[in-house]
Amino acid sequence: MSKKIDISLTVNGERYVHAADTRTTFADFLRNDLRLTGTHIGCEQGVCGACTVLVDGEAVRSCLMLAPQADGASVVTIEGLCEPDGELGVLQRAFRKHHALQCGFCTPGILTTAHALLTQEPDADEDRIRDVLSGNICRCTGYITIVQAILEAREGYRERSRSTAMK
Amino acid sequence: MKLFQSDKLIGLSLERLEDERFLTGKGQYVADLDEPGMLHAAIVRSTVAHGRIVRLGLDAARALPGIHAIVTAADIQQPIPTIPLRLVPLPEFEPYRQPVIASAKVRYVGEPIAVVVADSRALAEDAIDLVEIEIESLPPVGDRDVDAGGSFLFEETGTNVALRYHATSGDPNGAFVAAEYTRKEMFQIQRHTAAPMETRGLLARWDESGQTLKLFGAAKVPYFNRRALARMMDLPETSLELIEVDVGGGFGVRGEFYPEDFLIPFVARQLGRPVSWIEDRREHLMATNHSREVGATVEIACTRDGKITGLRGEVFGDMGAYIRTNGGVVPTAAGMFLQGPYRIANVDVTVLALMTNKTPVGTYRGPGRFEANFFRERLFDMAAADLEIDPAEFRRINLIREDELPYSIGKRAPHLPEAIYDTGDYHAAFERCLKEIDWQGKAALQGRLVDGRYQGVGIASFVESGGAGPKETSRFVLEKDGSVTIAVGSSLLGQGLETTFSQIAGDALNLPVSALRIDHGSTARLSDGLGSYHGRSIIVGGSAVLDGAEKFRTAVIEVAANLLGRPNSELRFENGLVASETGGSISLAQIAASRRPEEGLLAVDGIFLVNKPTYSYGTHAAHVAVDPDTGRVEVLDYIAVEDVGRAINPMIVSGQAIGALVQGLGGVFLDHLIYDDQCQLLTASFVDYLMPTATDFPSLRNIALELRLSPTNPLGAKSAGEGGMVPVAAAIGNAVGAALKSLGAQPRTLPLSPSRVWSLIHERG
Repeated sequence: MSKKIDISLTVNGERYVHAADTRTTFADFLRNDLRLTGTHIGCEQGVCGACTVLVDGEAVRSCLMLAPQADGASVVTIEGLCEPDGELGVLQRAFRKHHALQCGFCTPGILTTAHALLTQEPDADEDRIRDVLSGNICRCTGYITIVQAILEAREGYRERSRSTAMK
Repeated sequence: MKLFQSDKLIGLSLERLEDERFLTGKGQYVADLDEPGMLHAAIVRSTVAHGRIVRLGLDAARALPGIHAIVTAADIQQPIPTIPLRLVPLPEFEPYRQPVIASAKVRYVGEPIAVVVADSRALAEDAIDLVEIEIESLPPVGDRDVDAGGSFLFEETGTNVALRYHATSGDPNGAFVAAEYTRKEMFQIQRHTAAPMETRGLLARWDESGQTLKLFGAAKVPYFNRRALARMMDLPETSLELIEVDVGGGFGVRGEFYPEDFLIPFVARQLGRPVSWIEDRREHLMATNHSREVGATVEIACTRDGKITGLRGEVFGDMGAYIRTNGGVVPTAAGMFLQGPYRIANVDVTVLALMTNKTPVGTYRGPGRFEANFFRERLFDMAAADLEIDPAEFRRINLIREDELPYSIGKRAPHLPEAIYDTGDYHAAFERCLKEIDWQGKAALQGRLVDGRYQGVGIASFVESGGAGPKETSRFVLEKDGSVTIAVGSSLLGQGLETTFSQIAGDALNLPVSALRIDHGSTARLSDGLGSYHGRSIIVGGSAVLDGAEKFRTAVIEVAANLLGRPNSELRFENGLVASETGGSISLAQIAASRRPEEGLLAVDGIFLVNKPTYSYGTHAAHVAVDPDTGRVEVLDYIAVEDVGRAINPMIVSGQAIGALVQGLGGVFLDHLIYDDQCQLLTASFVDYLMPTATDFPSLRNIALELRLSPTNPLGAKSAGEGGMVPVAAAIGNAVGAALKSLGAQPRTLPLSPSRVWSLIHERG
């Protein structure tokens, strides 16, 4: 009952051509086939948001996608969120500064969600941030420090958006 | 002797050392592990709550390609091993212990019946679909009146009441006979649980040649589990290594010994292949410990001017189908903390542990305390209203004063020692909380309809124990490069212990945290460890780190004295150097390099022994608005004040307090494990089991006080991980009660879902 088809995709800037099992979720594909285990699985139902990755710039629940649907896509996971020099990005630094993570399990999905939001809307206000984050469950922090961290990271994304606009 | 060599680190909100790997996707959780030749297990679970297994048809499942084994009770040694009691192992609980796999009877939906091992998880689940299970149903037991139907989970005991005990202090009967005022009420907390974001998981690797087992995925109490598993597998403890990788939250439920903790090692040994089992969320909600379903009838006796003269309570804990590792802790603690931080001379508590056909119960952050505080503080507000005394004044009259400490509440259970509140200024924390919420200023708001919503402010005070003994251990190792590795018996489940332990050791040794590494990963490092529960990691574990640091310093000076040819008394250890007053010094790296091969690494063991818990305390206040049309409650402001003794890292303490508070608010409004009348779990997914999200509770504050050090440990620390949670239902219940006072509506049952609150408003009488 299982069948494989070849897919090609870019993940964190790297090109992969891979035979994907047709009934494998994209989350399992990333974790088991590409061994990118930073994407976590919390519910396999699209509720908790832990498996969120960016697919062509949009925050997507990788547990609700089948691997073959990623054919041709450009994907960013938690492993691809650092600066090009390998240093923590502005969002990651703000999370550490504000103690916006405890056990770290939901963190990859929250960072990818927030990264997508601030990339598209660097001026998002607290209500907007909370609204978007409400699709990600964190059982440790109570969200307050997460919101503080995202608010602080906005300036970095504004600068990035200004410099992109100038190019 | 001076406790610390420096005071640079303790008390500092240092950014966490563990964060970088979590922020970059490099954390390593048990599901991230891969082993050559690894197989995948899935568990066949009962779909019937109570019944006899008539037949298991496994042939079709076994015939599926890629299936390596299907193991049932028939394949496991007789008698089937049972899950041991870890805490307070009362003989009354013996008949109710859980076999690691069901053989003749099933007693809850989710109980393991078989283990399927396959090339992949997907194939194992395919096989589960082909397993034929024939179960003859028996009448399920789900209500509080457990013996009424004559259906018994364990026929041989002839009752579903596993335990009933009684504890008294003073003369409660006399107090109630003589009372000027009494009131009796019934309360109920709904079944809910921790639901950490990472489900449970295990990876077992059996080495046939060495007859040893490695088990990844341990947490909370790895050394206890090693002991238990060694007995079940008939192996010496030293042949087992339990390994704790990163853990995605615990909150009490993760890491206890569950059926799978035997089953997965068993199949790995049988097959001679590494076997991984990762629980899915549906399994988690029906297999991992439930908690909190405790009800109570509580009665108060007072003088007309508000002095409490007596308290009586009957506490019922729904234990589910088996008594697992935590024994009767949940209802026992509910009885223990019924009195709270108040001066009550005459108390009578009866506790019942009831068996039902539901998933077994264990501890969840603030076990019994969340429940007890709700019962007591709700009753206090009702009594204060009857007596026409301001709720704050009512508490002021009865809160224990500092000059009355230490204060004994006596033996609150026949099997437990006397409980004695140690240090504190309960009134100071209370007044601080009132000031922060502006109790006086908001008095006029109580019960007022503002923009169509009823406003209310509620308060609740608590005292809670932490820092259980009898011991914790540590081991300091000087590595070849001069860095120091500190093995700890504590367990790391996201609380930031890599950071806080480094702060403690760093100050004790005057070393930067970069020179230290916390090693919690393996039971091979220490001979024993107690683990992380009951708010004990800093109090007991941190004190063991402190002890190890002192012994390490002594040992390093001893070695340096020989190398430098100077007497010990002349040497000081600072900044990573042992220096002589008369000149000459040697670094840790040089000391490490000087070791002869036969000496091995320089290592010393630390230990901290303690025979009593310590008591943190505080007050919470909540300001809510209740919409009478929808029943929705909005938390407009919330302040949590707690004395933690000493905060090693205030940022982490605050994170614990707010995180616990939001979990507590989930327990008040959302979290609910619902069973139908056939004891089928209706909330086995995150679509049905609701937890707080980012839009629910934006306005919360906490204040961690350092008013009074704990006398039980050299750090002076009290528990800081549970105080954010334990009075939350009490404070919110009182705020909603205050908001609806003109309607005479009183919250007595949780959760305060919109429908329940709407019913309180519209269906009184």
